[in-house]
Amino acid sequence: MSHLDATMRTRAEALIALYPEARSAIIPLCHLAQEQDGYLSEPAMVEIASMVGATAAEVRGTASFYDMLHLEPVGTYLVGICTNIACLLAGGLELLEHASEALGINTGATTEDGVFTLEETECLADCDIAPCVQVNHRYVRTTTPSALDELFTELRAGQRSDEIPSHGTLIRTQRSVGLMADATEVKAERQQARAAAEARASEKQA
Amino acid sequence: MSLTDAPTIITTRANDPDGHRLDRYVATGGYEALKKALAMTPEAVCAEVDEASLLGRGGAGFPAGRKWSMLRKADVAYLVVNGDESEPATFKDHLLVEKDPHQLIEGVLIASYALQVNQAFIFLRGEFALGLERVQAALNEAYGFGAAGSKVLGSDFSVDIVVHPGAGAYICGEETSLLESLEGKRGFPRIKPPFFPAAIGLYGAPTVVNNVETLSNLPWIIANGGAAFAALGEGRSTGTRLFALSGHVKNPGVYELEMVKHTFRDLIYAPSLGGGIPGGREIKAIIPGGVSAPWFYPEHLDIPLGQDEVAAQDSMLGSGSIVVMDDSTCMVRAAWRITKFFSRESCGQCTPCREGSGWLERILWRLEAGQGRLEDLDLLLDVCDNLAPGLTWPPQQTTICVLGPSIPSSIHSAISRFRDDFLEHITQGGCPHG
Repeated sequence: MSHLDATMRTRAEALIALYPEARSAIIPLCHLAQEQDGYLSEPAMVEIASMVGATAAEVRGTASFYDMLHLEPVGTYLVGICTNIACLLAGGLELLEHASEALGINTGATTEDGVFTLEETECLADCDIAPCVQVNHRYVRTTTPSALDELFTELRAGQRSDEIPSHGTLIRTQRSVGLMADATEVKAERQQARAAAEARASEKQA
Repeated sequence: MSLTDAPTIITTRANDPDGHRLDRYVATGGYEALKKALAMTPEAVCAEVDEASLLGRGGAGFPAGRKWSMLRKADVAYLVVNGDESEPATFKDHLLVEKDPHQLIEGVLIASYALQVNQAFIFLRGEFALGLERVQAALNEAYGFGAAGSKVLGSDFSVDIVVHPGAGAYICGEETSLLESLEGKRGFPRIKPPFFPAAIGLYGAPTVVNNVETLSNLPWIIANGGAAFAALGEGRSTGTRLFALSGHVKNPGVYELEMVKHTFRDLIYAPSLGGGIPGGREIKAIIPGGVSAPWFYPEHLDIPLGQDEVAAQDSMLGSGSIVVMDDSTCMVRAAWRITKFFSRESCGQCTPCREGSGWLERILWRLEAGQGRLEDLDLLLDVCDNLAPGLTWPPQQTTICVLGPSIPSSIHSAISRFRDDFLEHITQGGCPHG
């Protein structure tokens, strides 16, 4: 019994086909599993492993290295607040503290209703609008406590769901085509190009 | 944006709300450079890039042309785009991937043709959700337009490009770690030698890894010639460069400036650029090129924004990100937060980095929290010395990659220059800045 549903399974197979070695698809597939489940579950890792020819331990080994892959369930909205240097200078730590109080949870925790998880992040590369806040890896640009409160209210009311899909959905634009450069064609091109380059080189020497 | 009359090279569409769309890109000259390149020989394209003296824009500043020339000859080779922009306070590639993804793709296509590689990967940090969507949408358009895939624009050259999302790890900005990650593994840097990507890269095949900004310059270089690019700037630092300005300035943002012709003072104070420090405060310190770089102070303000010019002052222009800290800044807190970052992001392979970063963070935290001791200052420097013996710049290498030996930069800077800040924390039993 497949853990990934039929659509996800098809998308996973299409992703694997993009890489010369199937294991390269491990991280994209982990993102895909998070899109289905909201986090990276054990059965998903087992299935990913079998699809790419790795062991489940190898997939877990990879996944556990990365901040964005969550081996435990997280909230519908993962709120990340940066406190790294540029954001620190703009009050990032204070904003994080405010968020913690507003949501009634510690950093790293999830609200009881499962709506929010709060994270202290490292630099998110949006330092001119500091402190930087992302929800599900989308920049929301709420730099003040009151703007953040408003955002929480809107998210709870489901008003931002078009712009910010629930946690796990990362890339909503799917690749439109598979690999197009045909191997035989490429080989012929390579030979032709190499011969031409050699001819130019010997011409230059002469 | 430049205060000189240098042309804008890579941010021409930065303020165009439709700049990321194919029709807009083509209407503004897009994919013409690719056509031009395809009519040239690959060697001629390489020669233009060599002549441009395009220095890598990711942080190390290695000349792109030379990097290309080192690619081992083999039947299968790869081009990998490093879009894992994670050096704190660096946010220029963020702008390029969201605002002008076709420019990046055209750069990738030109580079692929020049290098004669048939598969390229665009590795973008996972936190760029919009950037990933924009680049994927642009790539779909490029395939539809015939610019990517089989027989690019009707030529005898085929190349596939794949957008690959990262999953959140600073270390993957290090090129060998990025390749490990792209192979589906933990982002552990590989040891060099032998694992120079140009010789043994992705799947063991020769691989060129170039930064997003580096590649985004290629369409202009091919359209206008390497000589025109080299005519801008001075010495080895040619062309324009994106400077990401943040911290205590009135107008933080990304500014494209002609290399070397502007100083830190210009960038921070010019009304059309940084606009000065809010509240009329004074500068206490500047981080000149990402948090791995040793700090600068007010006396460095007139140093030109050029790679060798900054290196001559024992720091680095790095990723071109400049953080301004005014005289209200607690330097213990600043050094602590930067060190906490390194501690979180150390991959854990090498002992000095894995253990040292954690020790340093904890000592700095106890100082900031008012629990510090006088001997902590020497202890900090001693641990730093274990990470980068002699505390020289550039640092001595004690680990597989440069992350570990970069950790002492901010600590050493803060203690050397602002020892009194540290002493105040100890004598007052807490942070005087509250």
